Amino acid sequence: MNAISGTAQGGAAVNSAERRHDEVLLSVQDLHVWFELRRFGFGHAGYVRAVDGVTFDLHYSETIAIVGESGCGKSSLMKTILALHRPTKGDILFENRNLNALKGPELREYRSQVGYVQQDPYGALAPFMTVQRILEEPMIINGIKDKAEREARLRNAMEEVKMSPVDDFLQKFPHMLSGGQQQRVVIARAMLLEPKLIVADEPVSMLDASVRVEILKLLRALQDKHNLAVIYITHDLSTVRYFSERVFVMYAGQAVEKSLINDLIRNPLHPYTMALLAATSDPDADNATRFRDVPPGEPPSLVKPPKGCRFHPRCPHMIKDLCDAEEPPHFEPEPQHLVACWLYR
Amino acid sequence: MNALKRTFKDISQYPSAIAGVVLILALVALAVYTMFAIPYSEAIRLWRGGEEIWGDYPRLAPPAWTNIFTKEKQPSTIVRDSVDVDSGVTKEVKPIDETMTDVIFTYSFDYDADVFPQEMIVFMTAAYQEKAPFVSLFWITPDGREIRLGEVTAKASETYRFNQDERLLRRLKGVAPEVALFADPEQETPTVLKGTYQLRIAAITFEENSDLEAKFVSYGTVHGLAGTDHRRRDLTIALLWGTPIALAFGLVAALVTTVTTMVIAAVGVWFGGVVDDLIQRITEINMLLPFLPILIMVGTFQSRSIWVLLLWVILLSIFGASIKGYRATFMQIKEAPYIEAARSYGASNWRIIVSYLIPRIIPVLIPGLVSGVPAYVFLEASLAVLGLGDPVLPTWGKLINDAYGNGALYNGQYYWILEPALLLMIAGLAFAMVGFALDRIFNPRLREV
Repeated sequence: MNAISGTAQGGAAVNSAERRHDEVLLSVQDLHVWFELRRFGFGHAGYVRAVDGVTFDLHYSETIAIVGESGCGKSSLMKTILALHRPTKGDILFENRNLNALKGPELREYRSQVGYVQQDPYGALAPFMTVQRILEEPMIINGIKDKAEREARLRNAMEEVKMSPVDDFLQKFPHMLSGGQQQRVVIARAMLLEPKLIVADEPVSMLDASVRVEILKLLRALQDKHNLAVIYITHDLSTVRYFSERVFVMYAGQAVEKSLINDLIRNPLHPYTMALLAATSDPDADNATRFRDVPPGEPPSLVKPPKGCRFHPRCPHMIKDLCDAEEPPHFEPEPQHLVACWLYR
Repeated sequence: MNALKRTFKDISQYPSAIAGVVLILALVALAVYTMFAIPYSEAIRLWRGGEEIWGDYPRLAPPAWTNIFTKEKQPSTIVRDSVDVDSGVTKEVKPIDETMTDVIFTYSFDYDADVFPQEMIVFMTAAYQEKAPFVSLFWITPDGREIRLGEVTAKASETYRFNQDERLLRRLKGVAPEVALFADPEQETPTVLKGTYQLRIAAITFEENSDLEAKFVSYGTVHGLAGTDHRRRDLTIALLWGTPIALAFGLVAALVTTVTTMVIAAVGVWFGGVVDDLIQRITEINMLLPFLPILIMVGTFQSRSIWVLLLWVILLSIFGASIKGYRATFMQIKEAPYIEAARSYGASNWRIIVSYLIPRIIPVLIPGLVSGVPAYVFLEASLAVLGLGDPVLPTWGKLINDAYGNGALYNGQYYWILEPALLLMIAGLAFAMVGFALDRIFNPRLREV
């Protein structure tokens, strides 16, 4: 814990205020993403409520982090923002245009505005394409017909992610590159179409600890240079501080706490956030013998979520007949620090 | 391009694959040569031709090179034509009076085989207005005996068959002329008397412009490189033309079915839902349909053209069991993050199928395709053996079918079956060897990625 807050001060969050823009780039409004379950391939058997009522605004050149354990719906949220899934209910507005209404060329235009950095860099690159081909594909698809222009943009992007000399890499296949280099190619590909928003899905979780910081710094530098908005998705709070300003904590398809990163780390409000912070790894030899408090139980079923607060079966502070009966609204016990928990009513 | 070069380099590591490639190239060269040397229409004309084309060829003669393996030397066919000046025929014309003329042909030839010929025929063509020339034939043996054969009035087109001349048979005391005329009179068992024989044809023409030409054929018991069949046809034609047909049938069927099947599987997996269901149900129904009986019905009721059958083979194979295999692989590939990335930067459905799904499966496809070729080559042969072969085209399967229909094995005419069978085996072996090597080359790489 100490280590986290200690580095956070010297990290990204400090100068965030200057970069914040007033205008909203992306607005997610009461978003629901449900997947229908089928019995025997046709009968209806309920829904998996992967995302169940998430609302937030993202401003130009702002970074938010979405934190949560596996299966909490953060990937579904991200994929819906990338227009890979259709929302079941609710809207996503990008520069005041509703994503649900976009079709054909408009949708492609939207997709070119949003870059995608994936978790597994090796899987994210087609194994049978050279680096050059991988980088050319998005440009070909988005109608950049001039070969010289493609080549120039591709070289520029490669240099931005510090893959130089560029010619050493262009004809290589992904399996000839190291994990860090692969992730740089993925980032270069996301940057090629000059997006306004980058969605980064656990971009460093599959990398060696030694290259994680480099990649995070690279993303940070690119964000500063191009005034990018970034949605950074992770399960690991210790990497959030590198370049995030605001954090959402997601649990069972819902945002349970929204706050600035420093506030969250200094003063976590939701019992789930507390547990998550307690579980964050610290490079301390004493930890090997120390017992950690892990909330009992498992994440709830998303098909039949618990009534009331979804965390109540695991919550140490559960209030009977309230937490298990009524869904908590968002309370604001501190300025800019929202929490969905009855403890703060 | 680099991948191709690498594949070739890898292939060179396998001696069996090199042998296979050499065999395939040899077959392709043979096919190309055949198509230029004997054009398609010419091949069909020859193969469908009767006595007018194959008259000078022996019936059911094994190839000439079988002499290497037999103690008794078999005779080849001897043809002496008076039209052909170089063939050792002399023609003397002696006018008797104003209208009548003596025309004397002398045919001489060496006979040094140990076996009697199959048959002997003289073909005559005469030119006359009203009265046809009168012809007498004489046989002169190496030891100087002169045997009168027979007399015949030469019509515009006259054929004198030695063994059908009743009077000659009576004169030879019932011994077949091809034996009696060549036999050594000193020996008790009929033995060939070797040496130079002569046939003299003496004709009298009765008109001023009347003339006569005559061709003598002594049919051997061996012939050429490949031998002949029951209709005197040279098997070389069918063996040669079988090559391009087998290659075309095998390659077209293998290529079209493999590629189409793969594309259908990819489309089904990518679009999912109703499309996938429909494709899977069609495949399952098609898998239950009996393949061969349907082809037999097509052959019986619709057409026996090899190209119609090829179309049916392709149609029935497109929704084949391999769709299931490809589908399983595609299902896995479909979930790959790079496909998701492609969608996120706006790749269309078809672009994803063609540029992202299909290239991943090509390593599995190529060995399968190459190994699939012989299956279709054999299928074509099997259909022909079942009597569903193209009635026009000479193919390897047709040869086996003809041989079978004429009791070739029962009669000991092994060459008739073994020659096409050997070519079929070579074709199968060549593709199989390359296919196995490709499998070994591609599959570890597949596991690695």
